[in-house]
Amino acid sequence: MAEIIQEEKRQKGGKKRPRRGVARVDMTPMVDLMALLLTFFMLTTAFNKPKIMVITMPEKDNKPHDQPKIDAKRTLNILLGDSDRVYYYMGIADPNKPLPTLIKTNFSKDGLRRLLLEKNRALFTKIVDYKSARAKGRIVVADTTAENYIKQLKIDDNVGPIVLIKPDVKAKYKDVVATIDEMSICNIASYAIVDLSPTEKDMLKSAPR
Amino acid sequence: MPKIKSVARSPHVDMTPMVDLFTLLLTFFLLTAVFIPMEPAQITIPVSVSAKAVPDHNIMTLYIAPDKRIFFNYDNGQDTSFHYRIQLLEEMGGRYHINFTPAELKHFSNAGTFGLPMKDIKAWLDTKNAKDAEQLQTGIPMDSLDNQLAWWVRLGRTVNPYAEVAIKADGNVEFPVIKKVLDLVQSNGVNRFDFITTYDKEEVGLKDLPK
Repeated sequence: MAEIIQEEKRQKGGKKRPRRGVARVDMTPMVDLMALLLTFFMLTTAFNKPKIMVITMPEKDNKPHDQPKIDAKRTLNILLGDSDRVYYYMGIADPNKPLPTLIKTNFSKDGLRRLLLEKNRALFTKIVDYKSARAKGRIVVADTTAENYIKQLKIDDNVGPIVLIKPDVKAKYKDVVATIDEMSICNIASYAIVDLSPTEKDMLKSAPR
Repeated sequence: MPKIKSVARSPHVDMTPMVDLFTLLLTFFLLTAVFIPMEPAQITIPVSVSAKAVPDHNIMTLYIAPDKRIFFNYDNGQDTSFHYRIQLLEEMGGRYHINFTPAELKHFSNAGTFGLPMKDIKAWLDTKNAKDAEQLQTGIPMDSLDNQLAWWVRLGRTVNPYAEVAIKADGNVEFPVIKKVLDLVQSNGVNRFDFITTYDKEEVGLKDLPK
């Protein structure tokens, strides 16, 4: 222990006097205990709480005949296959017409993100400009106002891509999350998770690995 | 010259500043501690840029383990006056004709995440043996004949209409499994989901735009 109590040397025949030591409390056990508790709390505390990604799915209607018409020129289809494979094509795969070719890409910065930024250039620039103007103090508005403004920009957008995320039966959940994540990184205004059509399933099967 | 006698002192170390520091740190941890909740299975959640924290209340969480077992957790409400979990179990018991004793309801109220068919719930609540309890966690059935998960979600929303649905799934689970759960939740009138992810910052600016 940290404190060593020295024996007083007593001379032979000397008077026995009561020792007048300093009233010192040995703090060591307290330190021991505290270190223990501290370690316990440090190990059991969750420092970074998990985060949530909010997804709003379109209302389910059981009437397949009135599907909304979407502009084929703006449609970007992202097909997710097994073992992290990603493909994309523009437009609509119509079995009665020559099929579009699938282009292979990946989840890196130069893959999917580059493609999305390219397609979404107009809206992305607008949003980034607005955000940087706010950060520099040129525009002073409340957070909710800014959010609403960005929301409105997204609603008004009519040139950006409409992204359809189509996971195959073998696609991993993390790839779907990564794709949706890219949508928010690239400020894509409209996207949805859609099932693969039989034509697309065949396209995916014959696609180069 | 006489030697200067060094006074023999006891090698005493003053622990007081250390104690002070430790008390301070300990108080800090005690006050900020949010304990890591016990989870029935190891789940590796995917990464996203979303920085929104998981709400503490009004949330039901569906866990999807790598082996596709499904677990359920339901929060007990903001303070002690709410007993959502007890209400939920009573509702479920009523549906599956199981009567629970007050002790079982009390136990369930603090039980945390669970994933087992209704027929095993009573045994799970009664067992004192942690290993036996673990054995019973076979996942909540969600096949079309007996879709218990749908009932948990539906009655969970009845008991607390503000309850949000969060999905904590392992990144390596195939998407159709998640899709099935999403469809099931959507058929119960919930169109907004929270995917639980870990935060990872990504900076993308104008410089990243391709030329």
